[in-house]
Amino acid sequence: MLSFIAKRFSAMIFVLVSISILVFLIFFATPGVDPAARIAGRNADQQTLMQVRASFELDKPLPARYLSMMKHLFVSQDLTSYVNRGAKVLPQLFQAIPATLSLVIGAALIWLFVGIFLGVFAASSKRKWIDPTISVLGIIGISLPVYWLGEVVNLITQSKLHNSVFKWVPALGYVSLTANPWQWFLHLLFPWLTLALLYAGIYIRVLRSEILGVMKEDYIKTERAKGASEKRILYKHATRMSLITIVSLFGLDFGALVGGSALLTEVVFGIQGVGKLTFDSLQNFDLPVIMATVMYASFFVVFMNALVDIVYAVLDPRVRRV
Amino acid sequence: MSLNESASAIFSESPGKIALRTLARDKRSWISLSILGTIILLALFAPLYAHVIAKTDPFASTLNATITLHGKTVSVLEPSTTGLGLGVTPIGPTWDIHKYFLGADGQGRDVMARLLYGGRNTLFIGTSAGLITIILSLLIGMIAGYRRGWVDAVLSRILDVIWAFPVYLLAISLSVVLLTSGLKIGFLHFGPGSMALPITIIGVVYIPYVARPIRGQVLAMREREFVRAAVGTGAKHSTIVFREILPNVMPAVLVFIPIMIALSMLTESALSFLSIGVQPPSASWGTIINDGLALLYTRPVVALAPGLMIVLTAAALNLYGDAVRDALDPKTRARGD
Repeated sequence: MLSFIAKRFSAMIFVLVSISILVFLIFFATPGVDPAARIAGRNADQQTLMQVRASFELDKPLPARYLSMMKHLFVSQDLTSYVNRGAKVLPQLFQAIPATLSLVIGAALIWLFVGIFLGVFAASSKRKWIDPTISVLGIIGISLPVYWLGEVVNLITQSKLHNSVFKWVPALGYVSLTANPWQWFLHLLFPWLTLALLYAGIYIRVLRSEILGVMKEDYIKTERAKGASEKRILYKHATRMSLITIVSLFGLDFGALVGGSALLTEVVFGIQGVGKLTFDSLQNFDLPVIMATVMYASFFVVFMNALVDIVYAVLDPRVRRV
Repeated sequence: MSLNESASAIFSESPGKIALRTLARDKRSWISLSILGTIILLALFAPLYAHVIAKTDPFASTLNATITLHGKTVSVLEPSTTGLGLGVTPIGPTWDIHKYFLGADGQGRDVMARLLYGGRNTLFIGTSAGLITIILSLLIGMIAGYRRGWVDAVLSRILDVIWAFPVYLLAISLSVVLLTSGLKIGFLHFGPGSMALPITIIGVVYIPYVARPIRGQVLAMREREFVRAAVGTGAKHSTIVFREILPNVMPAVLVFIPIMIALSMLTESALSFLSIGVQPPSASWGTIINDGLALLYTRPVVALAPGLMIVLTAAALNLYGDAVRDALDPKTRARGD
C-alpha cells in the first residue's frame, strides 16, 4: 500500500512539473508569439520593445526564465504580476480561492444530497415513468451550457421579477463568509443551484444504474436466500457498494470544477474566484498570474485523481498491482 | 477470417447488423435523428434564408435601417429612452419571417439569419473537432495498447499530463495565444481568427478522455485468446491490428462519436462565449449568446435562442449516444440504465 502511494505521488510530481513546462512553452515558445509585443501593447516602437524585453527578463534564454519563474513561485513566493508591476501574485490567488471553494463545495453538497436521495429512490421504485425521466434528467445535465443557464437564471432573478418575487436576491457578486455569512449565502444561492442542476441529473442516473447492477450480484442473492429484508439489502449492501462509484466520480468532478471548470460560472455570476482571476489574466497575457492559477488548478485535479486512485486501492486491493 | 466474420458465417447475422436493427427499433434514435436532421437542414438553408427570404446581410451592421411593420415605419435600432439615454435598443422579435423574425442584435443585424449561420459554424466545428479527437485517440490508444513497453509508457505519460491539465484552462490558454498569432504546423498555416484554430484546440484537449479507455481495451484484448491465436499463426502486425483488434474496439469508438461531438460543440460555444472562439464578424451560437449579454434584460431572445439551439442539439446527440450504446451492448440495457 505504501509503495502504491509513493508511486502515485511521484507520478503526481511528474505531471505537475510537465504542466508548468507546458504552460510556459505555450506562452513563450509558440512560434510567432512575441510576449514583449503583447506586454508593450500595439504599435510599440523598437526601443520600447527592447526596454520591455530587458525589464521582464525576456532577453534571457528560456530555461533560465522558466527556472527563475519557478523559484519565485515556489521558493521565495514573491512572483509579481506583469500587468500591475510589483503586485504579488500569490496573495491574489489566495484571496480568490475561498470564493471558488465556496461556490463548488456548496453546489457539490446540493447535488450530492439530491443525487443520492433521488438515485436510491429511483432504484427502489418500480414505477414506469422513472426510467425515461431519469434518462432525460441525465441528458439535460450534460447538454446544458452552464454559462447560458446562468444567464437564464440571472434573467429570471435580476430582471422584471427582481421587483417582486426575487426582491431578496442581491445583485451579482460575492461577499465573503467571514464578512457577512447571510449575504454570502444569498449571493451564492443561485450560482449553487445552477451548478448543482447540471450535476444532480448525472449522479441520479449513475447511482441508480449502479444499484440495479449490484442488485444482480451473487452476494445479494445470498443475502436474499439468508432471508434479509429488501430494505436491508438495498440500503446496507447495494447502496453502500454503489457509493464507491459515486465517490470516485465525485472526486474527479470536484477536482475539475475547482481546477477551472467553475470559470464559466464565476464569469457569469461575477464571482471573483480563481477562474475569474485566470480569465482576466489570460486576457492581459499576465503570465505569472496564469502560471500560479494553472499550477493551483492542476494541483487540485492531480490531487483529486490521486486521492480517488488511493481510495479505490484501499477498497479494492486488486487495483494495487496495476 | 476474424472471429466476427466466422461467427457471422455460422449465425448468418453479424453483431453489427444486430446492433443496427436494435438501433432502428429504438424510438430514441428516431427522435434524436429527426431533431438533428432538422437543425442541420436549417443551418444549410442559412444563405437561402438570409438572401431570399429576409433579404439581409447577417454580417454587416446596419445602424440606421428602418422597416415597415403593420403599416408603420420603425427603425431597427431605437435610441434608448431609459437611464442616461445612451446606447440603443434593437427591435424585438417581429415574428414575421421576412424581416427580423427574432429581432435584431446590438448592431442591427438580423438575429434569425445569424442564428442559422451560427449553427453552421457551431455544428461544423463541433463535428470536425469531435472526429479529430476520435481519430487521434484511436491512433494513440491502439499504438500504446498494442506496442506496450516504452512506447506505451511515453504516450501514457503525455496523456496523463493533458488529462490533468484542466480542459477549459488548456483550451483557453491555447486560444488566447493562437488567436493573435495564428498557428504554423509544417506546411499548414492557420491565420489568426481561422476556424481551424478552435477545431484543432478542442480536438486535442479531449484526446485523453477517449484514448485512455481505448488503450485499456486494446491492452486487455492483446491477452485474449483470439489475438494470441493470430500471433501464434504468424499473422503480420498489420493483420492483427486491422482484422482482429480494430473491429473489437469499434463499438466503444462508435459510442464515443455522438458524445464527443456534443462535448466539442459545448466547448466551442463556451470559448466563443468568452470571445476566444469564432471571431467576429463570423457567428457561432456561443458568439451570439455573447452578443446578447448586453441586451439580456431588454431583448433576452438574442441570448436565449442560440442557447436553446445548443441544448437541443447537444441533448439530441447525447440521446442518440445512449441509443447507440444500448444497441451495441445489450448488457447495459438489461441493467436498466
